[in-house]
Amino acid sequence: MIVKIKNQKALWLILPVFVLVAFSSLIPLMTIVNYSIQDIFDVNNAYYVGTDWFREVLADPRLRDSLVRQFGFSASVLLIEIPLGIGVALMMPKSGRLASLCLVVLAVPLLIPWNVVGTIWQIYGRADIGLMGSALTSMGFDYNYASDPVDAWLTVLVMDVWHWTSLVALLCFSGLRAIPAAYYQAAQIDRASGWSVFRYIQLPKLKNVLVIAILLRFMDSFMIYAEPFVLTGGGPGNSTTFLSQTLTKMAIGQFDLGPAAAFSLIYFLIILAVSYVFFTTITQMDKER
Amino acid sequence: MGWMAWTQNTAIFFCCIALILVVMTLWELKSPSLERKGFLPMETTRGDRLFIGLLSSAYIHLAFLATTQLSLWIALAISVGWLLALLRWG
Repeated sequence: MIVKIKNQKALWLILPVFVLVAFSSLIPLMTIVNYSIQDIFDVNNAYYVGTDWFREVLADPRLRDSLVRQFGFSASVLLIEIPLGIGVALMMPKSGRLASLCLVVLAVPLLIPWNVVGTIWQIYGRADIGLMGSALTSMGFDYNYASDPVDAWLTVLVMDVWHWTSLVALLCFSGLRAIPAAYYQAAQIDRASGWSVFRYIQLPKLKNVLVIAILLRFMDSFMIYAEPFVLTGGGPGNSTTFLSQTLTKMAIGQFDLGPAAAFSLIYFLIILAVSYVFFTTITQMDKER
Repeated sequence: MGWMAWTQNTAIFFCCIALILVVMTLWELKSPSLERKGFLPMETTRGDRLFIGLLSSAYIHLAFLATTQLSLWIALAISVGWLLALLRWG
């Protein structure tokens, strides 16, 4: 089949976006590639080292550990936030003042800056002055996020759920509102159960917003930095040190720009690959149906 | 451009990538690509296959660096072969 190209002058309209992306992402990324093969302190003190940094970074157990932790964290975040977000959206009132109120209340955590969320939870979880910390302690739990790795991990996870489930819920809510009433009427005529309505009408119709929600939550949780940094500082030990914090320590703490650049590229490739596989899988499912 | 700390190797690398993109654009203008199904599990356009090929080539190089001490030229040869196979039969 021969496809004839028609007037495509509108393509020039994407030129400003291209320039912007080049300025904000492409050129910095190219610089990182340049850094990753040099031992560099500043431009005048750069020595070519080839692939040494990549070999070093790939063999570094600290980085492997934080990578495993990071995947564990992102998987936990998705497993909790997505079903919870859908659940919240399903239970929300469909219209009226109460719906508006719910939307505003849900949006509140999203408006709070990351480091403030970390500070809120840091105080909230403390056994001496924090509500959650003292409540748990008075109930007999031995809870201390500063010294117990499991407690620290759970606190970071709950904090992220608190901060971001709203996003999933709001996206799902908008998706649910976009389903035409005719679908529900048809389901009613067929005497479909609540579960069937969810499984065969709501969930398929929610798929597009869920793709966005899952991708956003995956990428954001994979890049999480400020909240655990403020809450636990990556501790106790290294139990809540995620990839971005390891990277920052390396790049800014130790000023190892070469290894940090090599590691950034690997980090970037992981995000790119996972997001691409995920996006393709879901759009593919759509086509097959 | 001094602040970007260019090296000859990275300059060649980016020139190659840019060249590939230019050639693919010209090819696309000459004969627009249609989605088709090859050995990959989904329908892809030429651009999709190029992206998958480049991304997987990066992983092939990283796997070489992580597991062997062999020359990266071998990884490059494998990647080029893989990219061409992907573009043709993927």
